[in-house]
Amino acid sequence: MSAAVAGESAPRISTAYQNWRRFSRNPTAVIGSAIVVIVLAAALLAPLIAPYPDHVGAVVNFRARHLPPSARYWFGTDNVGRDIFTRVLFGYRISLLLAAVVLGAAVPLGATLGLVAGYFGGWAEIVIMRLTDVALAIPPLVMALAVTAVLTPSLVHAMLAIAALWWTWHTRLIFSITRTLRTQEFVEAARTLGASPFHILFRELLPNCASAILVKTSLDFGFVILIGAALSYLGLGVQPPAPDLGTMVANGADFLPDRWWESLLPGAAILFVALGFNLLGDGLRDLFDVESVR
Amino acid sequence: MTADPLLSVRSLSVDFWSYGRRSQVLRDVSLDVPAHRHVALVGESGCGKSVTMRAIMGILAAPPARIASGAILFDGRDLLRLSAREREALRGTAMAMVFQDPMTSLNPVFTIGDQMGAILRYADRRLGRARSRRARLARVHEVLTQVRMPDPERIARSFPIMLSGGMRQRVLIAMALLSEPRLLIADEPGAALDVTTQAQILKLLRDLVDDRGLALLMITHNLGVVREAADDVYVMYAGSVVEHGATAELFARPRHPYTRALLDCVPKLSGGATFRGIDGSLPDYSAPPPGCRFAPRCPLAISACSRPPEARRVSADHYAACWRLEDAA
Amino acid sequence: MSPLLEVVGLSKAFPIRGGLFGRVTGQVRAVSGVSFALGRGEAFGLAGESGSGKSTIARMIVGLAKPSEGAILFDGRDLAGQTGLSGRSRPVQMVFQNPGSSLNPRRSIGQSMAVPLHARGLSGGEIAARVASLLDMVQLPAGFADRYPYELSGGQKQRVAIARAIAAEPQLIVLDEPTSALDVSVQAKIIDLLNDLGRSLGLTYLFISHDLSLMRNFVERVGILYLGRLVEVGPVRSLFEAPAHPYTRSLIAAVPVVSDEESALKPNEPALEGEIPSPANQPAGCAFHTRCPHAFAPCAVELPDVVQLDDQHFARCHLLAPGASTRRGADWRTAKARSAG
Repeated sequence: MSAAVAGESAPRISTAYQNWRRFSRNPTAVIGSAIVVIVLAAALLAPLIAPYPDHVGAVVNFRARHLPPSARYWFGTDNVGRDIFTRVLFGYRISLLLAAVVLGAAVPLGATLGLVAGYFGGWAEIVIMRLTDVALAIPPLVMALAVTAVLTPSLVHAMLAIAALWWTWHTRLIFSITRTLRTQEFVEAARTLGASPFHILFRELLPNCASAILVKTSLDFGFVILIGAALSYLGLGVQPPAPDLGTMVANGADFLPDRWWESLLPGAAILFVALGFNLLGDGLRDLFDVESVR
Repeated sequence: MTADPLLSVRSLSVDFWSYGRRSQVLRDVSLDVPAHRHVALVGESGCGKSVTMRAIMGILAAPPARIASGAILFDGRDLLRLSAREREALRGTAMAMVFQDPMTSLNPVFTIGDQMGAILRYADRRLGRARSRRARLARVHEVLTQVRMPDPERIARSFPIMLSGGMRQRVLIAMALLSEPRLLIADEPGAALDVTTQAQILKLLRDLVDDRGLALLMITHNLGVVREAADDVYVMYAGSVVEHGATAELFARPRHPYTRALLDCVPKLSGGATFRGIDGSLPDYSAPPPGCRFAPRCPLAISACSRPPEARRVSADHYAACWRLEDAA
Repeated sequence: MSPLLEVVGLSKAFPIRGGLFGRVTGQVRAVSGVSFALGRGEAFGLAGESGSGKSTIARMIVGLAKPSEGAILFDGRDLAGQTGLSGRSRPVQMVFQNPGSSLNPRRSIGQSMAVPLHARGLSGGEIAARVASLLDMVQLPAGFADRYPYELSGGQKQRVAIARAIAAEPQLIVLDEPTSALDVSVQAKIIDLLNDLGRSLGLTYLFISHDLSLMRNFVERVGILYLGRLVEVGPVRSLFEAPAHPYTRSLIAAVPVVSDEESALKPNEPALEGEIPSPANQPAGCAFHTRCPHAFAPCAVELPDVVQLDDQHFARCHLLAPGASTRRGADWRTAKARSAG
């Protein structure tokens, strides 16, 4: 009798397989993830694969200054003779670390605030959303400039400044999703069944926001890296001699256009990683859009 | 039915291809919709009535669906042999569709008059006809009167949100009537409406069929609506027509075991329902049973049912596809 | 024997805010002065069309909405003020209309069913065992606990919804159109399941539906709602065989039926004209008078009193008041449809 009622006669094609097929057929998603994987691998394995690992530190090699890209120095050398390729690899580490820490703080905070504001409404909504409005009115870069000017310029202070404003986007996003979900029957059912507000927020509502958060966070990686690079370019982020992509672009700019590789190649590296995360985010969004239509 | 019916679906079979597997979603479906008749296509979810409707209108998603065989004759021409452009020319003009959900089928940011006017504009362009804006508006008012809207001018100026469900459904019918179609396909008309409003809509459709000679094909899952409104009925199960005939005759003397089981499931106003349901479930269309698709669930199934049954005559206007018609009496 | 649930003078009005400063410009009277009682183990129905307030009443009883006026007495205790009790499920649970949206699409069946069990503080192992036994009770295989709602058919999802409601160990279950999104053959099985469970678990049911034929066969007593008010209440048999209120009669007459026997049972009433007025703009007096084929002088002015027609059968209509002068006399009520041609 159970089997007859169950009526599952067709073999199930698992969701994971279906998602994989859709994902792997989407050129945007595939290229994006390929780039991200390459960058991640480069960053993680930098100490092992970098040709001149000691060039990360305060090393000078005046005889090898300003050398163009060659078989010996793949990206050429900078004004004090350091291998640019090595520094780019290690620069990726710093960029990704910055983004991971910033987003690791901003996303949970922003999502939680959005959930609370969206579900409870009333005073919670008013306080949180007006705070969000105020924070959104401040341009992140200007804020970062202000913070690092007051405190001393350093990577940590740069991360603080960006994180302090970044959560607002996620709050806005999660708030609007939660507001729609709040009236769904499964949320009402959870209420009548006696679920605690904590359960409703994090076990019922949050999973339904997961795809939006994932897409936004992927895109955010690219943006945060760009902002971090901009701060370093202005001299307010990572301090020399640490290899940072933004700093490298700034230093190399003095030697354009003759010694183009010192500025453009680190710049291309920034472009590469930002592009990768953007494509990945877009691909994920395409994937989830179809899924939500189901 | 002496003259050739306006719409004649002949042995239509449609497959769906997904992840390399073929699902035989429609098998040998035949039905006729003559002018001046209200024909109902009834079945439960998954029986293929929507696929049939889409195939007739030409809006079947071409991959993954594929017409395997059969013909759809409209006014003598096989729609499946026409080019996309010729098909497009017919759609919305000679054959029109009334959609299911009046709440979501209308664009909320345009007035009724704007939406109907736009439809007229496109139809005119396709037919190479030129009409002034005022003439279009006059036609809109005219059609709104045909669907018994009080105060058509005010309705044309209104936004969908200002109208009730019943009025919106009438607007959908009016939109279908704009180009004077000869065939109307109505998808679950009134399903989203109250019983009292639904009765009014069905009466309107009836009058349109009688007074204007329309051929009306109604797709529904509601047997009561079929009995009260339709002249002829086709009962579908798992992609095939299992029984068809004149409504009064078929409901009075249902012969196919599925039709009988289905009618048994409908609670009666007279009370005494047993709520047994039908054991089992729909077959897997990618590995369907050979022969009669209802056999696995049929209390009368025998070994002969592994051969596909043909539609056998029960009486002058009543046919059922079952090998055991005599025993089902 | 005191009733399990007693609803007294229940009303709900929503303010309409308009204008620049959101001033309250009107009221949507969704429910007005509804009173009824359910005995333990009984199945009681509330029938009505859109705007009747039946869903609002269901939500108030379950605690999802707060009444504007009136009391909801459960076993003598007034539940009306309490919404959103967490940690302790109410003794009243609900099965929602749309099986697709009453289960969280991102959580497995087992996780959804565990919600009330979590709320009661059961441990992980106890929860798993209870989920398995509940799935068995609704005739679903235990393996379904790991599946997701999109993998289930409508009927299967509704079984899960029923199992989840039972998991909270309620005494009263409100069924809000539980089968209107399902095919008729699936509906039959679900109703059968509800009947079985009602008997074996001693449940009381409040059944909300617009489907009168289903109502006739599932509940023992039914109340007919129009624009937020009960116009007739009675045992199904007498209400369907001898409907008193003109709206009840018109409603039954409009039900599409599948057999001649049923057609012959329908009251002889003309098809109703017009549409249900908006609850924001209710007609004066008896709300039905704008469409009533038998309306006369007092109907547009005064709300009719409740008239007792029989043991347990009541209606609110001026035509039924003792001594009311009717133009057609008493037989308009008993006239049946002529047998269908």
